[in-house]
Amino acid sequence: MLRFAVRRLAGMTVVLFAISVIVFLIFNVIPNSDPAARIAGKNANPALIARVRADMGLDQSLPVQYLTMMRRIFTGQLTSYSSNQNVAEQIWKGLPATLSLCIGAALLWMAVAVWFGYLSAVRAGRFTDRALTILALVGISLPVFWLAAILLYFLSYKVQLFPTGSYVPLSESPVRWAYHLILPWVTLAVLYVGFYSRVLRSNMLDAMNEDYVRTARAKGLSDRQVRLRHVLRNSMIPIVTLFGLDFGAVVGGGAILTETVFNLNGVGLYAGQAIGKLDLPPLMAVTMFGAFFIVLFNAIVDILYAFLDPRIRLGESAPV
Amino acid sequence: MAAPTTEDAAPTADVEGRSPWHLAWARLRRNRIAIGFGVLFLLIAVFCLAAPLWAEYVAHTGPNQNHITDKITIDGRLTNVVSTDGIPIGPGLRGRYLLGADQNGRDVMVRLMYGGRTSIYIGVLAAVITTVLAVVVGMLAGYYRGWVDAVLSRILDVIWAFPVLLLGIALGTTLALGGLSIGGLQITGNSLWIPILIIGLVYVPYMARPVRGEILALREKEFVEAAVAQGKGPLRIMVSELLPNIISTVIVFCTLNIANNMLLESALSFLGAGVRPPNASWGTMIADGYQTIYTAPHLTIVPGLMIVLTVLSLNVFGDGLRDALDPRATIRLER
Repeated sequence: MLRFAVRRLAGMTVVLFAISVIVFLIFNVIPNSDPAARIAGKNANPALIARVRADMGLDQSLPVQYLTMMRRIFTGQLTSYSSNQNVAEQIWKGLPATLSLCIGAALLWMAVAVWFGYLSAVRAGRFTDRALTILALVGISLPVFWLAAILLYFLSYKVQLFPTGSYVPLSESPVRWAYHLILPWVTLAVLYVGFYSRVLRSNMLDAMNEDYVRTARAKGLSDRQVRLRHVLRNSMIPIVTLFGLDFGAVVGGGAILTETVFNLNGVGLYAGQAIGKLDLPPLMAVTMFGAFFIVLFNAIVDILYAFLDPRIRLGESAPV
Repeated sequence: MAAPTTEDAAPTADVEGRSPWHLAWARLRRNRIAIGFGVLFLLIAVFCLAAPLWAEYVAHTGPNQNHITDKITIDGRLTNVVSTDGIPIGPGLRGRYLLGADQNGRDVMVRLMYGGRTSIYIGVLAAVITTVLAVVVGMLAGYYRGWVDAVLSRILDVIWAFPVLLLGIALGTTLALGGLSIGGLQITGNSLWIPILIIGLVYVPYMARPVRGEILALREKEFVEAAVAQGKGPLRIMVSELLPNIISTVIVFCTLNIANNMLLESALSFLGAGVRPPNASWGTMIADGYQTIYTAPHLTIVPGLMIVLTVLSLNVFGDGLRDALDPRATIRLER
């Protein structure tokens, strides 16, 4: 067990290093314009460009530049060039909103997806199944930001059922916190409900032909008990794996669109505003932290799995 | 089994045995919903391709032409295309401004058609890039194994670790600033090739991994051994022995990938890291329209509906295609 964890974490470190190099290359090397002018922004004067060049040590070799950048990011000294704000501080400030959005949406999408997927599999081929299949396909075809805009327009502006976005801290008022987050939660959950319910449906249909299902029937369990205790439980394993990947991806950047449209001042909105201002340091930091979070989260999920399922840690099948 | 209709009653078809492609086509044809949505996608594509015709003969304006100060006659009254408080006219049954105007007085119908061309163009070309890269990488990794596989798989792992949207934004923002030069080839910052290349790149791991997995299993099969015994080289084995065996997976993935690409394009364009003005795409149209959603909601609703319809048609068709090409699907359908 310990050996598996150590090997997995060692693999993770290599990937983290590669990610940091790629992010460095994207933001400092690939584009063919003066990096100092680029980092300084669209309408920079020569003085600012000179300051940036000296600040970033751009006259030095690439490995030295890389080290300088990494030190700035991890000691929290990276500052935005358009507002002079500390990037790490801004990201830290945005975390409560982002986590509230992501955790709430994740709970919602898991609950609804399991419910829909189960119904769909149990009633395979009948009306409920077809209706849910169509809903699921529509769900995965909706652009998230458009859905957000449409919900805001009809439910907040036309009918005035919900507030028009913005985040209320949980500590300030739990009721208003939830009330303001209902639409964003739904918006973010729709895509995953569509996706997961389809996966669960096909897993359950496959599992229903397994021998253990026949055994369970033979020993006299009711249909309902067989489905809930045996079929559903076994079909959940791939869903939980997917959940680990997707939750990491949502926290690590997938919520940008939802936060931007609903004006929730989380990490995603911060990154979204940086794009408009072509302010690169915040984007660089958010990209790096996002990818780091995903890799870290996946490693933890993998180790948890190995802890729960001996086949994974004994067979060398784990990725990375 | 459906009786052969006129279009596929080629003289050779009933003499020879039925190939997997014939069987797949027969299965696909029975799936009316999938065929219907496939036709819908073609109709949308034709609609968008007809953009210059509509612009020239019906609307008499271009996609980027402003008409802020123009007036047109609606119900016999002369009306400002954009009212004095900045609200553009909405949809109505007429040749010009069928779907209304935007804040700059541009014809939404014309922009919608041209924007669709851009969106579909990006979706399809990016899917071609993803498919070619993923098949090459997946095949090399799966066929050679060893260090080739180790290197390629690690590269895929690293790209895969990035959130797709963030990687797209990072590349989109930095490349737009200075453009890109590959060898002697110069690509300017507002070129459509930038979103195409970015979107084509970020989805490669999602396809290359399954391709690699299939090749790993296939290369142990006897027909590969037979090909080696006949003296075929690695390249010929990959192209003429292995490729035909994964082509159905590739086709299905490519179809669904176009849908995903169009969603990613719209998201990047909405955030300002995709298609650059003055080019219209459905994503940039929503980004523009969203600024005035409370006074002119049609500017947000119409292009969004087009994205949903197009992506949905590709998703349903791709789903049907998978059922038709995957032999296990018959079992699933009859259950």
